[in-house]
Amino acid sequence: MSAVERPLIYANLRKPGYSVDIDCYQRHGGYEALKKAVAMKPEEVCKEVETSGLRGRGGAGFPTGMKWKFLDRKSGKPIYLVVNADESEPGTYKDRQIIYQDPHQMLEGIAITAWAIQAKQAFIYIRGEFIHGAKILENAIAEAKAKGFLGQNILGSGYSCEVVVHRGGGCYVCGEETGLIESLEGKRGYPRIKPPYFPAVLGLYNCPTIVNNAETMAQVKHVLAFGGAEFAKIGIPGDSGTHIWCVSGLVKRPGLYEIEAGKATFGQLLYDFCGGPLDGRTFKAIIPGGSSTKILKFGERFKGKLPNGQEFDWALEDIPLDSNSIAACGTGLGTGGTIVFDDSVEMIQALSNLNAFYAHETCGQCTPCREGSLWLSRVSKRITTGGGQESDVPLLLDIANQVAGRTICAHGEAVAWPVQSAVPKFKDEFVESIRKRAKGEDLPKLKLI
Amino acid sequence: MHETSPSAPARALTPETLAKAPAIVGLYPQKRSATMPLLHLVQEDRGYITQDDMSWVAELVGVTPMQVLEVVTFYPMFRQSPIGRRHVRVCRTLSCALRGSYALMSELEKSLNCPRGETSPDGNFTLEFVECIADCGCGPVVHVDSSMHENVKPEDAAAFTQQLKATLTDPTYGQKSPVPGTPEWNG
Repeated sequence: MSAVERPLIYANLRKPGYSVDIDCYQRHGGYEALKKAVAMKPEEVCKEVETSGLRGRGGAGFPTGMKWKFLDRKSGKPIYLVVNADESEPGTYKDRQIIYQDPHQMLEGIAITAWAIQAKQAFIYIRGEFIHGAKILENAIAEAKAKGFLGQNILGSGYSCEVVVHRGGGCYVCGEETGLIESLEGKRGYPRIKPPYFPAVLGLYNCPTIVNNAETMAQVKHVLAFGGAEFAKIGIPGDSGTHIWCVSGLVKRPGLYEIEAGKATFGQLLYDFCGGPLDGRTFKAIIPGGSSTKILKFGERFKGKLPNGQEFDWALEDIPLDSNSIAACGTGLGTGGTIVFDDSVEMIQALSNLNAFYAHETCGQCTPCREGSLWLSRVSKRITTGGGQESDVPLLLDIANQVAGRTICAHGEAVAWPVQSAVPKFKDEFVESIRKRAKGEDLPKLKLI
Repeated sequence: MHETSPSAPARALTPETLAKAPAIVGLYPQKRSATMPLLHLVQEDRGYITQDDMSWVAELVGVTPMQVLEVVTFYPMFRQSPIGRRHVRVCRTLSCALRGSYALMSELEKSLNCPRGETSPDGNFTLEFVECIADCGCGPVVHVDSSMHENVKPEDAAAFTQQLKATLTDPTYGQKSPVPGTPEWNG
């Protein structure tokens, strides 16, 4: 059976003539879900989101309803909603489209969420580079306030919520929720240690805070529009709704594909949607869900048991596109940022490119990550420039093993995972790359570092 | 945009910039949160941030100038020295690299007469590699000032350079509103 897209988040923005103004959004049913939400009790809205089974779209895939349940409502301190629009995971470009082309969809989700968690102040932390995006959002907020969907006395309910757009400074680690909170407080984006700094208890200004991804906010709008139970029917049990696959790299048609969770496979994504490899090329490997998820190699077999007990034995092409199946193959759905490599790619260069990224983006707080990321970058770079030796290959793995699990935030894992997954799978190729350079043989044309 | 030559003393911030600051501080429950928005404001006015600017921001948000300096030095977008009239940022990270951003960078160095990481001798261009700017399906992407340029192939470098040079004499440059459907909207 051939797979089809099921646009939910991108349904409207792909229509010809669809624009960012509020009238256009309302002509497409906009803000009806908010009306539904404010007619309900906040707890009931939370319940709908919990029933929907929606998982956060920021990469970790944590159930949104459960996150909201952790909120400390008894502290007497103000509650804040912070929307993470600091899209910066390499390979990921899904939130950008929502912000630039359908900002009200996200704002409606924000208004619903703010009502559900009773936040009177929301912040949208947007990438500093999204300069026009920030202007589009500010304009949309003003439109929504003028119509009573945001700001004072929302829809006559007596409830008020202000939304402020806050631009970041081009820093990857500020996509980590506690780093983002520090940054929003006007400091360096050093992630905080958990415990005690669980945002739901000690977040922004040490007040209870919910940090949700930009796309998650848009999904919340649809949860309310469908109702939690109906929304849960989209996708598969344990992973409801749609996933936006951001395909980049060496395929015929890179792009954004919104697919019901679990209703297609990587094979269908890469061949049917993306048109397969470039002419004369064959696929070699993919990074499935943003650069910090572990790499998968074509030709591998993936065997094991799903959480529901079902046994599987898949080739890469057979892996279904839902978070449980992908996690069972030893990697993650992450943000859905699939980066594709074909046979023209020298994998040590690809790894070195990512190592350079993580070395640039480490915040420097924790020694293993600060030093480890730099060492990994230098060792892999010296292989690509001809100064490597065979012992560098196990050395890379050794360094990575000393970073993962030893840092305040998950940047440590992000540094280590590409190396920990690529070295065992491409060890022979790495050794061959070292040998080629030592002998002065021809190198691949495509330069990645 | 950024017309100051490296040796000239920093010009004062415009009255418009100074007038905007209090409202920005007022958006936040705690003043210190306004640090980054104020630094963006300063940089968009003059092109870079001076010691005096940091003292000004510090006073507005109630911290020491050192605490503002900490922020300036942490975030890649903030800078303490002037740059060229056009800030040309080529994405270096993996998705764009797979589509040829390293070859594009080499071509742009030649056509813009500007080594990466530097400003061209005529002061027109600053050329840099940057990390992922979240437009991975359209690589290689080049972020120029506030605009995003997608699918800039290495073989297009010369034509792209001409396009950038034409903006130097375009009085409407940077004035266009971010309206979808135009080539400049996706910044």
